[in-house]
Amino acid sequence: MNESELKEIIIAELAKIALGSDPAALDLDDNLREGLDIDSFDALNFFIALSERLHIDISEKDMGKLNTMGEILHYLQAQRV
Amino acid sequence: MSEFKMPSLGADMDAGTLVEWKRKSGDPVKRGDIIAAVETAKGVIEIECFEDGILDEIFFQAGQDVPVGQVLATISSEAEFRQKASTPKVAESVKAPEAAVAEPAKPAAQVVQEAMKAAIAQPSATPATSDRVKISPLARRVAEDLGVDLATVQGTGPGGSIQRSDIERAAQAKKAAPPEPVKAPEPVAARPQEVAPTAPPVERAAPPPVEAKAEPVPEVKKPTDFQSAMRAAIAAAMGKSNREIPHYYMETSIDMTKALAWLEEENAKRTIRDRLLPVVVLLKAVAKSLAEVPELNGFWIDGQHQVSESINIGFAINLRQGGLITPAIHDVDMKSMDELRDAVNDLITRTRSNKLRSSELTDATIVVTSLGDRGVEKVFGVIYPPQVALVGLGKITEQPWAENGTLSVRKVLTATLAGDHRATDGHKGGLFLEALNRNLQEVEKL
Repeated sequence: MNESELKEIIIAELAKIALGSDPAALDLDDNLREGLDIDSFDALNFFIALSERLHIDISEKDMGKLNTMGEILHYLQAQRV
Repeated sequence: MSEFKMPSLGADMDAGTLVEWKRKSGDPVKRGDIIAAVETAKGVIEIECFEDGILDEIFFQAGQDVPVGQVLATISSEAEFRQKASTPKVAESVKAPEAAVAEPAKPAAQVVQEAMKAAIAQPSATPATSDRVKISPLARRVAEDLGVDLATVQGTGPGGSIQRSDIERAAQAKKAAPPEPVKAPEPVAARPQEVAPTAPPVERAAPPPVEAKAEPVPEVKKPTDFQSAMRAAIAAAMGKSNREIPHYYMETSIDMTKALAWLEEENAKRTIRDRLLPVVVLLKAVAKSLAEVPELNGFWIDGQHQVSESINIGFAINLRQGGLITPAIHDVDMKSMDELRDAVNDLITRTRSNKLRSSELTDATIVVTSLGDRGVEKVFGVIYPPQVALVGLGKITEQPWAENGTLSVRKVLTATLAGDHRATDGHKGGLFLEALNRNLQEVEKL
């Protein structure tokens, strides 16, 4: 999957979690939790959705390090989804 | 036969709007069944039935405002229902719906009720989607930075939501034509002052009194000014709390290193869907500590301290559109960690999608508010009356920690307690925080 496809999926899943927000407007290095006002419950649900949609496992440790769109994109590419 | 009344879904509620009956007259009902939905300042709440029987006479229809305590319907036993059906009605049914009489003088509550009613019942010509500004926090921040009035911005995002580009466009337009004060055609979410207690907007909404039921009420899909009603509800409850409850506060630092290591190990064994968030462990530890110091778990009603046997934790959940709700997680001390995780997930999801049940709004015996996600280190809470305590949980941070003459770095949580001094003293509060600390050092035993 190329970068723009991945980005589209990330944005779609974020939009489902943070209703009424505009994840597409975030820059690559904006903090998602702050930018979209999502809490740890929302964040976990976002990673659950992402892992199920892309058939990958995201460990708890990794989850804690994924804070921006750029970091998530890199991570997913490294997982070769 | 018994009466099914409009429940009080919070200290601040004087009336609710019946949205729909989920059952009809003659239907068998069981304890715990959801039989009606009522709109309040906290959204649409599903109302549960408290006994088995047959839903008999129904006194109110969808769309009507019903004061708390008013009989909505009667519930009869099967025998009673059959007997009534076979005999002609002799006397008038026991409780005819009375008019919505003015409540006994409780000025503040009365005013808030007006405000809430007005907010809830206000008919509006605009479609339901326009009742509040849909905007991302980012766009909101940009709007603040650029000094753009959101009421003047036309959103082009999904569902008409306002995006950053809309703000920037509006800012440019503003620059181009500075003196023109643009007024949005549709009323966006009413300004809070419009429903502030000092200016009850009675004439604005003029909700029809309950007895005016000759007019057919349209199937309700009311555009509610949810935020104003929510603010009024919070204002009423918190104002009452600060007027009446002599709070005392205390805090303690809890070393969470062991608890988090246990959680990490536990989560490594689980699929992502089954993972436990730290808050689940914290709620469980709070419940266990309350079982040890039960005086903090209960109510102060009519000058009496009432300790509750059930430990139903009201968990403060913020809403994306603003405001917060503290619905109860029932019997937290009796639940396993997994059951508690499911209950928390379910509750947050239903709170945010507006699907709470009446018992969840009435049964909380204490509130826990966790603001660590927002970087808050200490929470000094305001007790939700008639409860007698509130537990505040902050962010877990790395801190220097001296123990047994050695200095090291630990992951530390600051837990606070706000207590009602009429019901308990600092000694009890201290015992609770001590128990909480101890239980969090032994999370595997929770």
